[in-house]
Amino acid sequence: MAAGNTYVALATTTLGTAASSVTFSSISGSYTDLLLVTQGNMSASGASIYLEINGDTASNYSFTYIYGSGSAAASSRASNNSTGIDALGFSSGFSTGQLMTINHFMNYSNATTYKTVLCRGSDTGSEVGATVGLWRSTSAITSIKVKNTGSNFTVGHTFSLYGILAA
Amino acid sequence: MPVLGIIASQISGHLFAPSGAYDSIATTTVGSGGASSITFSSIPSTYTHLQIRAIGRTNRVAVGGDYAIAVINSDSNAANYSLHQLLGNGSAASSNAYPATFAGVFLSRWGAASDAASMFGTSIIDILDYANTSKYKSFRALGGLDTNSANSQVNFESNLWMSTSAITSITISPGAGTSWSQYTQFALYGIKGA
Repeated sequence: MAAGNTYVALATTTLGTAASSVTFSSISGSYTDLLLVTQGNMSASGASIYLEINGDTASNYSFTYIYGSGSAAASSRASNNSTGIDALGFSSGFSTGQLMTINHFMNYSNATTYKTVLCRGSDTGSEVGATVGLWRSTSAITSIKVKNTGSNFTVGHTFSLYGILAA
Repeated sequence: MPVLGIIASQISGHLFAPSGAYDSIATTTVGSGGASSITFSSIPSTYTHLQIRAIGRTNRVAVGGDYAIAVINSDSNAANYSLHQLLGNGSAASSNAYPATFAGVFLSRWGAASDAASMFGTSIIDILDYANTSKYKSFRALGGLDTNSANSQVNFESNLWMSTSAITSITISPGAGTSWSQYTQFALYGIKGA
């Protein structure tokens, strides 16, 4: 393995116009984990950020999350979800601040295990959360669609995808 | 020249001569026969921090996933370890403190034989200033297991190893089960400071 190829920037998108989703496609299977970082704002409150994998819109997603809003911590979950994995892990979605998510797609390119995703989300105006998500497929992940459920990602929202390669 | 040893039964390991700011030091993937533990030994002190990224599943039969214990430098004296957790199980959040309880660093949550096939838990563990010889060592982990059922959990963990020794070896074993299952993978990375 060539030096410097352990943590690699694969693609970055910065929105020039508002959009409801951003898709990374034709993702190389050459890495061990993927890291997706998003940062920016949304056009309306109440929306959340979901991760759709390989265009799968069947009920193959589930996720469990924990969150804190400044007064108490709580946890919730969803089974057999068809929208995707909730990357924010909030009780009520986006509120008023700046949004950030950091999403780890663990061992994304193997063809033997279901895929687990670890997400950290925060809205500087309302909540902080963490999610463990499951995509019940043994397929390698080749595309990720970051979806805004209910509004648009605003201009300047950034989406960066990295590959992490184990020896 | 290999700088790291991998000790585990029926584990495929790869060695790599590191050279960047974020380097893959070693990876173990459990084979079909399982493995009672995974050990990273002879860890070089040339980095500032370590990170372990893992997916895992054990042979535990009882429902509820599994946890793991990471013994540092062969020190299995529970008095030298302390744990704080923040957990979410899908219905409630909770927090726990376990001083001097576990004989190593506590890591969760992992899949188990009681979970549907192909379900693995995961964790990302940061080991801060691991080679420093004047401070106790702290571990930060974000992990979880989702099983498409109520038997799921997402967790933050903060562990302390009360030793000023540089960390040179880590042995990770299932907590309730006795063996890591096939396809379990632990990857160790080194992060350099400027």
